[in-house]
Amino acid sequence: MKLTIGKTLASAVDGATVVVVRATDADVEVTSGGLALYDPKSEEPPAGDPNPELLGGTLIGKRYVNAADNVELLATKPGKGTLAIDGESLTLRDAKPLPASD
Amino acid sequence: MHLTMLLDMACDGFGDRVVVGRVSDGLTPADLRRRARAGAALLRSHRAEALLYVAVNGPAYPVAMFAAAFAGVPLVPVNYRLGEEQLDYLLSQHQNALVVTAPESVAHMGQLGLTALTTDEWLSGTDVDDDESDPEWTEAPAIIIYTSGTTSKPKGVLLRHENLVSYVLGSVEFAGAAQDDAALVSVPPYHIAAVANVLSNLFSGRRTLVLEQFTPQEWLGLVRDEQVTNALVVPTMLARIVGSDGDLSVPSLRNLAYGGAAMPTRIIETALSLWPEVGFVNAYGLTETSSTIAVLGPDDHRAALASDDPAVRARLGSTGRVLPTIDLEIRDPFDEVLPTGSVGRICVRGDQVSAEYAGIGRAVDERGFFDTRDKGYLDEDGYLFIGGRVDDTIIRGGENIAPAEIENVLLDHEDVDDCAVVGVADDEWGQRIEAAVVARPGRTIDPEQLRQHVRLHLRGSKTPDRIHVMDELPRTETGKLVRRRVVTAIAEAAEVVDA
Repeated sequence: MKLTIGKTLASAVDGATVVVVRATDADVEVTSGGLALYDPKSEEPPAGDPNPELLGGTLIGKRYVNAADNVELLATKPGKGTLAIDGESLTLRDAKPLPASD
Repeated sequence: MHLTMLLDMACDGFGDRVVVGRVSDGLTPADLRRRARAGAALLRSHRAEALLYVAVNGPAYPVAMFAAAFAGVPLVPVNYRLGEEQLDYLLSQHQNALVVTAPESVAHMGQLGLTALTTDEWLSGTDVDDDESDPEWTEAPAIIIYTSGTTSKPKGVLLRHENLVSYVLGSVEFAGAAQDDAALVSVPPYHIAAVANVLSNLFSGRRTLVLEQFTPQEWLGLVRDEQVTNALVVPTMLARIVGSDGDLSVPSLRNLAYGGAAMPTRIIETALSLWPEVGFVNAYGLTETSSTIAVLGPDDHRAALASDDPAVRARLGSTGRVLPTIDLEIRDPFDEVLPTGSVGRICVRGDQVSAEYAGIGRAVDERGFFDTRDKGYLDEDGYLFIGGRVDDTIIRGGENIAPAEIENVLLDHEDVDDCAVVGVADDEWGQRIEAAVVARPGRTIDPEQLRQHVRLHLRGSKTPDRIHVMDELPRTETGKLVRRRVVTAIAEAAEVVDA
């Protein structure tokens, strides 16, 4: 699918959600626990069982990026699946949060 | 990108946590969204093209902000304390608008042909079942904020959904607040910090409380009673808090942000020693930049206070480092980028920078940079120091003089509580330097002695030609100095002397 910034996607593992914060124009396959993410507003979750090797978890409020650092997903509801793009697992973006200024 | 997206995220992440008001009867993100949708339906039924908010801050405000977003019309928060002429001018810019206002103002809005609801009517009218409608995506900006017009007629700054959402995504940690965090908001709703406050605190899951009318005692009492952990104040508020009598303890407070105007170093030093446990945050930003673009954090404050190195110590007077999502250049009058340490105009670029005005358009150069018209410089480690507005520069006998430099020296004097340095038309020099000063309580100011104090620290050409002692200086509610009124006040004082 083509990712658009601001889009909410859900995990078929347990309904965890992420929001696309950064995206490329490329067509990519985004998965959680090996199952394709879906649009919870308009689509049914894809059938199938998650891959037990890909249940590393998604933490609320954390940002996940690919190695190319051109896609960023922000988890808004936590879950068990490992996020991946085209089979490559995403990693936690290690950013020190700024102090609250307002 | 759309403001309602931030609300959707909050609903997904912590939809049942109270984020607005008291824990007992406050609003959750789910409540906010339900009410915002109802408010949008009200706006549509009135065919409103804007939602004007002309009232004090309170729960009606975030509901209004998101209702306008759902309806695809701008929220226009307007200063409810403006004089009738100025208020009517701003209202006349929005003919087909729905107004949320105080009970005593409803009749006046009606005379202007506007449909008005009180804040209570707005809150009861939006307390209905969730219609689960989708937001409207339109070309309209999310928020319009009128500049305070300290130098000219107010301009409407257009803040688009992309600007505000970029700011929040780029600078706030989603769900980053602890369950019992509470932020105290003391800025009025028509200030950019109030807009940013609603969005940042919602996104981080931090409950917000509002102090409608600021007094130091009310502020301190509320911080203690509600166990407030985070607060934002403008410099004049902090000065009044640390200078007030009585119990100054704030045991629950962890984070105190300040901004909106220049903070005298003496005040921040007093506050730091008074509350060593509190993390202080200085934020610099403009309405046009969707709030904060540079931050001096708690560790920076402590390091500066503890340092013997004058360069590090000086950072207490800086606004810290620029956000990673912002490009910043210091430029000379010919738009050439200046090296580290040189003072010039601060120009910025980034997704959160709107730089767009109603009826004017975007004020950016070909590379997308916005000229803040603030002067400043960066030190070797990238700390940003602000030196006043370009437009406030005094030109005396061909020499450019920044009022801020002289004001800092005046404020260092033990008798001086507040001051303003302005240029006054002069036949010989073009402009001469005059200062208006306010004495600290219990002190008296000797103008001639104070001039000597400035001369000791600065050159003679930067010493004010005249110093006027006044009871108070003209400032906006958020502490911004209104320089043109200082000039008027000085002229009036001079007339009395001459007569």
